[in-house]
Amino acid sequence: MTVKSVIEAVREAMREEMVADSRVMTLGEDVGARGGVFLATQGFVEEFGERRVIDTPLAEASIAGIALGLAFKGLRPIAEIQFSDFWWYAANQIIGEAARVCYGSNGVLPAPMVVRIPYGGGVRGGLFHSQNIESYLYNTPGLKVIAPSNPYDAKGLLKAAIRDNNPVVCLEHKKTYRGVRGEVPDGEYTLPIGVADVKREGADVTVISYGLALHYCLAAAEMMEDEGVSVEVLDLRTLRPLDKEGILASVRKTAKALIVHEANTTGGVGAEVSAIIGEEAFEDLDAPIMRLCGPDVPTMPFASTLEDAYMLNADKIRDALQKLAAY
Amino acid sequence: MFQTGEGASLGTEAMPLHRSLGLTDEAMLGLYAKMTLTRALDDRLWALNRQGKAPLVASCQGVEAASLGVGLAAKEDGDCFLFPYYRDMALKLVFGITPMELVIGHLGKEGDSFNGGRQFLLQGASTDRPMIQTSNVVGSNLCQSVGYAIGCKILGEKTVTLVSFGDGGSSQGECHEAMNFAGVHKAPVVFVCYNNRLAISVPQEKQMAIKDLADRAAGYGFPGRVVDGTDLLEVYQNVKAAIERAREESGGPTFLEMKVERLRPHTSDDDDTRYRSAEDLEASKGRDPLVKLRSYLTNIGVLTTSQEERIRGEAREEVNRATEEAEKAEPPDPSTLMRHVYSP
Repeated sequence: MTVKSVIEAVREAMREEMVADSRVMTLGEDVGARGGVFLATQGFVEEFGERRVIDTPLAEASIAGIALGLAFKGLRPIAEIQFSDFWWYAANQIIGEAARVCYGSNGVLPAPMVVRIPYGGGVRGGLFHSQNIESYLYNTPGLKVIAPSNPYDAKGLLKAAIRDNNPVVCLEHKKTYRGVRGEVPDGEYTLPIGVADVKREGADVTVISYGLALHYCLAAAEMMEDEGVSVEVLDLRTLRPLDKEGILASVRKTAKALIVHEANTTGGVGAEVSAIIGEEAFEDLDAPIMRLCGPDVPTMPFASTLEDAYMLNADKIRDALQKLAAY
Repeated sequence: MFQTGEGASLGTEAMPLHRSLGLTDEAMLGLYAKMTLTRALDDRLWALNRQGKAPLVASCQGVEAASLGVGLAAKEDGDCFLFPYYRDMALKLVFGITPMELVIGHLGKEGDSFNGGRQFLLQGASTDRPMIQTSNVVGSNLCQSVGYAIGCKILGEKTVTLVSFGDGGSSQGECHEAMNFAGVHKAPVVFVCYNNRLAISVPQEKQMAIKDLADRAAGYGFPGRVVDGTDLLEVYQNVKAAIERAREESGGPTFLEMKVERLRPHTSDDDDTRYRSAEDLEASKGRDPLVKLRSYLTNIGVLTTSQEERIRGEAREEVNRATEEAEKAEPPDPSTLMRHVYSP
């Protein structure tokens, strides 16, 4: 085991897969000499050459569309969209085309491609460097969406995504890139897409989250422990397909569920998780399902007071947990 | 060689153009038969729509010579991959898709070889044919085709990718992105734009401020050619040259603007009398590619009246057979609804 940051784990996952499989390649803005703006592909062009590490024009629709064409040819492209805020141009190729092609060709044509998208706020990025886009992705059949919270999950899930025969969007929270460090095994491993992970065992309340918010949940759970409330923290890790069984198992154990995410409340992943619990574990519940999610404003604003008002933190989650525990 | 206009490529009586291009008289009769079959099939599909059996038909009348010429050049080359679009029926027939498959595709019956009854007419994929046509979101196939072409180059293969689209599709931002990317990477791709001057009802002058779409190619660093898309041999010559150029080490993309006609409304759901004058339609009919090929072959004595009758009769019979078989096919089983959302 070695302690690594999320960005190091992401880089290592891609590098290992590129070494192991000559079909794996990457493309995106600044992924070449610059090594990506977050340095996810640092050293890649030197190691793998310009054919497998393609610096693209500043044009997201073509980054996704060309990745899809490469996948049709039998390559395994990893496209990097520099910031989630710029992904909208690529939506046609990712949601409109890639996610539909296997179904639309009656299973003849798979689309094995990965689209890595740094996302999320709390970095003073303002409206166009902070967006949470998961609600627009996770409801798309044909697409898989992973959103790891730590280096171990990021590496294992990204490697699985690269080997998957379907289009997979990997959402990487920018603030976790260097802000979250953790142990990563030195040997080869992958993690299954679609399986949630209990990050902290507990008995009284379940808090369900993913990405950066997961860490605030862990901190809040720690605070609650001092107050005598045992909180279970479930990391979804994959947003599509959601791990129904994992969600239900935890909620049946604690009988209380709080869903926490940075993305807007309305129509967010939390709405679906809530529906799953409501439909299948209603009789196991001792309290209404609660959500603590982003307020319904377009994105967290730039000014620190406004951004802080939007963003989650451990205190806000503790407050919600107290309310739920007391119900 | 790259001229446009009526009769530009007809050759001389002593040495008709097709022979100088290496096409035998027999091959020309075969191509005429293919175009006749395309027309007969298109007429039948339109009738099946009016009978309430085919929910939607996008006629290819007016595009046949361009589509057939692209198909012929690609087929002869033997190492081309295609990203066609919805009016490419002639190209598909050249690549061995049968009239029966075409009718089945329009009826949404079991046995559709491209999409299992999930999409409009032959959209989906039949990679062994070899072609991919993911959707009818116009312009979406452009970036995909460039990606495919770059993939061939990465793998050291000599395959040339051909992508077709209409003047309507050329307005998409993705068209710019695809052509720009292809230019930067000298991708082995041929852009074939069938310009019928109408994006459903919107005329060319409201789609772009230029007369020739081919002019755009200069902005991407590769050649653009204006081609009379109603002239089979002019199309064939140009596509052949573009495929050769694509494969050369210092070559790369070519943009071919095929000036074609639209002899029917946009689709069977459209009413073109709302926006198109009778005179404009008549002018289009004056450039009917089937008539043009027939005149050429008749004038040089390759096609006789009796051969013409035989070819028409055979086309009619083939279309009848295809329709009967397709109508007998069952609709897809509803239990297949959930299949293939994901690839294993």
